[in-house]
Amino acid sequence: MMSKQVVKFYQTGTFTVGNRLLDETLRTVQSGIARTNSLNSGHRACQGCGEALGARYAVDAAMRAANNQVIAVNATGCLEVFSTPYPESAWQLPWIHSVFGNAPAVASGVAAALKAKGKTQSKVIAQGGDGGTVDIGFGCLSGMFERNDDVLYICYDNEAYMNTGVQRSGATPPAARTMTTQAVGDAPGSRFETGKNLPRIAMAHDIPYVATATVADLHDLEAKVTKAVKMRGARYIHIFVPCPLGWGSDPAHTIRVARTAVESGLFPVFEAESGKVTDVTPIRKKMPVEDYLRLQGRFKHLFGPPKKTETLAAIQQIADDNIARYGLIEAPDSE
Amino acid sequence: MLRQIEGSQAVAAIVAACRPEVISCYPITPQTHIVETLSAKVKKGELGSTQFLNVESEFAALSVLIGASATGARSYTATASQGLLFMAEALYNASGLGLPIVMTVGNRAIGAPINIWNDHSDAMAMRDAGWIQLFAEDNQEAVDLHIQAFYLAEALSCPVMVCVDGFILTHAFEAVDLPAQAAVDAFLPPYDPVQVLDPSDPVSIGAMVGPEAFAEVRYLAHHKQLEALNRIPDLAEAFQKHFARRSGGLLSPDRLEDAETVIIAMGSVLGTMREVADQMRAAGDLIGCLKIVSYRPFPAAALRTAVARAKTVIVIEKALAAGRGGILAADVKMALEGLPLRIQTVIAGLGGRPVTQASLKKMIEAAQKGELDSPHFLDLHWDVIHGELARQREKRASGPSAENILKEMGKKAKPIY
Repeated sequence: MMSKQVVKFYQTGTFTVGNRLLDETLRTVQSGIARTNSLNSGHRACQGCGEALGARYAVDAAMRAANNQVIAVNATGCLEVFSTPYPESAWQLPWIHSVFGNAPAVASGVAAALKAKGKTQSKVIAQGGDGGTVDIGFGCLSGMFERNDDVLYICYDNEAYMNTGVQRSGATPPAARTMTTQAVGDAPGSRFETGKNLPRIAMAHDIPYVATATVADLHDLEAKVTKAVKMRGARYIHIFVPCPLGWGSDPAHTIRVARTAVESGLFPVFEAESGKVTDVTPIRKKMPVEDYLRLQGRFKHLFGPPKKTETLAAIQQIADDNIARYGLIEAPDSE
Repeated sequence: MLRQIEGSQAVAAIVAACRPEVISCYPITPQTHIVETLSAKVKKGELGSTQFLNVESEFAALSVLIGASATGARSYTATASQGLLFMAEALYNASGLGLPIVMTVGNRAIGAPINIWNDHSDAMAMRDAGWIQLFAEDNQEAVDLHIQAFYLAEALSCPVMVCVDGFILTHAFEAVDLPAQAAVDAFLPPYDPVQVLDPSDPVSIGAMVGPEAFAEVRYLAHHKQLEALNRIPDLAEAFQKHFARRSGGLLSPDRLEDAETVIIAMGSVLGTMREVADQMRAAGDLIGCLKIVSYRPFPAAALRTAVARAKTVIVIEKALAAGRGGILAADVKMALEGLPLRIQTVIAGLGGRPVTQASLKKMIEAAQKGELDSPHFLDLHWDVIHGELARQREKRASGPSAENILKEMGKKAKPIY
């Protein structure tokens, strides 16, 4: 006999089940029969892959916003590998993969060619994981930003090199266990370092649009992609995508992990235009970072025995600093 | 129309006449004048809607062109030396994807020690990257090869590198016949890509290929180069018909009919070599020269036919495979395997060392007598080598070689003031 599982549906405010309650124009792209399935089914992503989910929503939203006139450039990485094992391709739009570190430059070239040919109705998106974006592709990305090339770059951030088997990247958070920051020694996991916050670096280029999003709020993700696609110049969207394999989280918990990252303050969700923050998604009910960390095997070593209270406090401090920096918790009405 | 013009500006003028749609630029000596000139032309509106991108590295310069070429735009850049090596990953990628990018390489040495002067180390390091590599002897040929390069690249869907000796050619002012725009337009049809990123007909370019088909894909790249072996002579014929001038081809023989000694080389050193051949022939010595224009694909069969009657073959090359010797010589030796002739390797002109007529003549005479070491390093200062080796033997922490050598040479040098 199958074991019973209690399934709770509740209105989350994130349109996960409330889509049909919305006006048709506000409904998610994925709910429409005109969705393009640009990243089609049958690809080889893992169960519960946050990147596949994020890419599917992002690219379909881009297609709708650009009247299906989209060309995509992909860095090497999971998204590239799981979508195009020769002779199969999951992509239903023109798509090119060159090498790991050059997706932003290749996209600049596509945009330049379109401009030279007067085909400016087509939009160019470039996509890569955090390794391809914050590390090896960083130079090309910064160049694309400062030239204000007509490209929307989307980073699917799963906080490590997952395609090569979970190694630390410049986006790996402190204390996280990866294969090159193992949970051994006096200070297990990734070291506490200064980090490389790419949304803020993007903002420092004063590009027209920078946004962060997560797979926990796909409607917000779609809205941001839609807005970005309709703009011109260099645009950047950083999407938080849990990786069950690399993070040691339950594939069924991908959305939950992403939501707790937001609700704890560890991943601030905001928009910025021309270098200034224009909108933040407030935390509805602040969660302690432990609620986020406990869902993931990569942080298991923090919970002992003995429990690493100092490390946990340091991570909590990161979340609290984010909350203060972006004003993620609305001040109670002073009346 | 004949013009007295700098090599780089002549190259820029002909590239402009080939109507590139996207040009990327990253400065590196000695090619910089080419992209500077093109930049001005684009900014003045002389090239219509051509896009000119100032990028942040050579890796980006070629990557931009990968995107542009895949979107159906005729694409061009220029580089040299460290820049070409910084592009290495993208070079293999561009040829693997079958993108007909044309790039000028202003050939220059590779450091360390850093050196901005001419040799062929850069292009030779990238000889197996799947690009067609054409070497120009003078600036007229540099101009002509660019027209042929765009034609060939687009006909075969294969990128082409036009190698032009840094400084010796890029910065030399000489009379060059720059073909008129109409003549170039009549010779070079618009780019008609075999694959293009187009929302109305979506394709995936750059998919992963595993063991089941990788070798076949690589073989097709080899096949493309073999096809180029057939196309290049025809292209030179067509070029001659159209522009009334012989340029390009796989090889260019000079007085090989009766030559007993054949000098094989690539690039501008041939100019000096021809002078030496003139002098030696006047003294009754049957010298001939064989210029290799196409290094990749390597014209092995044509080379074998061309030198079959020679007694001595001397390969002069401006590159060194440390631990092996000659690079071009290795290819030549394979092509001439089994022929009853002596093949001599001469490494010359590294890092801009002048290759003089006197040294060449002395070297050839020694080779003819069978008295040349192999590989022979032309005009190598053995006293400097022995001094530095002795220093290293005496003291382990003897410091950086390059600095030690310069110090020693400085002590011996006559003051110039």
